[in-house]
Amino acid sequence: MLYTFYLSLTEWDMFTSPTFVGLANFRRLAADPVFHRSLLNNLKWMVVFITVPIAAGLSLAMVLNRKVRGSTFFKASFFMPMVLSLVVAGLVWSWLYNPAHGLINTVLRGIGLPQLARGWLANASTVMESIIAVGVWRQVGYVMVFYLAGLQSVNKDLVDASRVDGAGSWKSFRHVVLPQLAPITTVVIVISIIDSLRVFALVAVMTDGGPHNASNVLANYIYLTGFQWYQMGYAAAIAVVLFLLAFVFIVFYLSRIAREEDHA
Amino acid sequence: MPDYRSRRKVRKKIVSWIVFFTVLLVTTVWLTPILVALFTSVRDYDDIILRGFFALPEEVSFDSYFAAWRQGRMRQYLPNSFLITLPALGATLLLSSLSAYAISRFRFPGRRPIYYMFIFGMMLPLQILMIPVFGLSNAMGLYDTYIGLIAIHTAFFLGFNTFVLKNYMSTVPPQIFDSAHIDGCSELRIWWQIMLPLTLPAFAALATLLFTWIFNDYLWALILVRTGDKMPVTTGLASLQGEFVTDWTVIMAGSLVGTIPTLMVFVFLQRYFIEGLTLGANK
Repeated sequence: MLYTFYLSLTEWDMFTSPTFVGLANFRRLAADPVFHRSLLNNLKWMVVFITVPIAAGLSLAMVLNRKVRGSTFFKASFFMPMVLSLVVAGLVWSWLYNPAHGLINTVLRGIGLPQLARGWLANASTVMESIIAVGVWRQVGYVMVFYLAGLQSVNKDLVDASRVDGAGSWKSFRHVVLPQLAPITTVVIVISIIDSLRVFALVAVMTDGGPHNASNVLANYIYLTGFQWYQMGYAAAIAVVLFLLAFVFIVFYLSRIAREEDHA
Repeated sequence: MPDYRSRRKVRKKIVSWIVFFTVLLVTTVWLTPILVALFTSVRDYDDIILRGFFALPEEVSFDSYFAAWRQGRMRQYLPNSFLITLPALGATLLLSSLSAYAISRFRFPGRRPIYYMFIFGMMLPLQILMIPVFGLSNAMGLYDTYIGLIAIHTAFFLGFNTFVLKNYMSTVPPQIFDSAHIDGCSELRIWWQIMLPLTLPAFAALATLLFTWIFNDYLWALILVRTGDKMPVTTGLASLQGEFVTDWTVIMAGSLVGTIPTLMVFVFLQRYFIEGLTLGANK
């Protein structure tokens, strides 16, 4: 990592030796529209990831935690996407999104909504959302696992007591179950934030950041600048920014853990 | 009163059926991509273009699987993945078990900072290390070798693994070790004959999870392996996309074949896999 810090202050094409350029790379970053786009896209992932999969995962866990018909099968179905590699997930979804013959456009045309059919991944206005949807598809099962585990340790007597006292199912969920799940929620939020900074393989496989960087993210931008365009110094500068972003969240999380351990 | 009660019962039943069908619907949507991949892989691509996505195939053909296996070189990629995954998995488990044992057993200065560093390392977005890892592997002459990849995987998962195992080991009552000590048992033997058997459940969970993660790694394979013959399934599949860009049936067949190993692990060891996912969180 220190090496990355050092390189971020240099200009290096991997063939000659690095030349020191001071903060020039960072000045270039500040004015680089592709960098801004990528950063914004990472933040977009983050916003979606700390809302949609967490809400969906928690709801599913609440439903499937009870003995519903076929709950084992349902659970397994939501775990499924996690078993696939991101590459496979990206390929399968690229095919679903295929403009001419893919499932999604075929269905849209079939139900009389041909105006909605489009080149999902070729269109700058839909490409990022389309890839994020794949991320959500994988993430929901992951979040559900955490909540299912958390629900095991929820005190059932308290829930029953609140019901006896006349709380409806929503009220008892909101005021009795949810507070008990708070530690799990913290972990899930931290994981979601970190995961949204880590996005790489899906973007690399599905669009490589295109069209015109509309779906680029920081990790992919590092890869492109460093390993496709051989601008290692500049790539290192992007990595430093990504590091600092992650650093803030991790330190926040660690300080919480440390505080808990001091109490224990 | 009896009327009211039975109406409540009926209402409850209706609600539970609504919930059931909603979940069933969502599950169907969730499984659709995988079913689509299966359906596509046994069809002929010209047939899809000609007669549409939903047309029932005139004949089920496994040609795409043969194509993915031979021309698509899955027959090389699959063994490669195992050659990378299994040694990395073994090395990670062995080393992390030793370091977790040390951290949980002994109080030494800097114990806590080391522990926090492990968590820190485990949470960093790995992509920021692309450049130094690439540079390091070049400098050590490990670029484009499996040793390099195996070393990287081991190094990265060591932190996470140690963290999880340490938490697990801390739950073992220390008296067991004290008595073993008094009986003249060496530390290494305590680790091997007492700690390992006791932590076996956590081991199984970690092993299934790590297998999936390492097998599915894309980043390091992309950065560190250049030669086509040496690629694992992930980067191999991604390169298929370029070659067979006109035939999605081959790409789907290849994707499914490449998923079989992790799918097997999941199907047979699902319980451990699920446990593993939350192990890091339950401190």
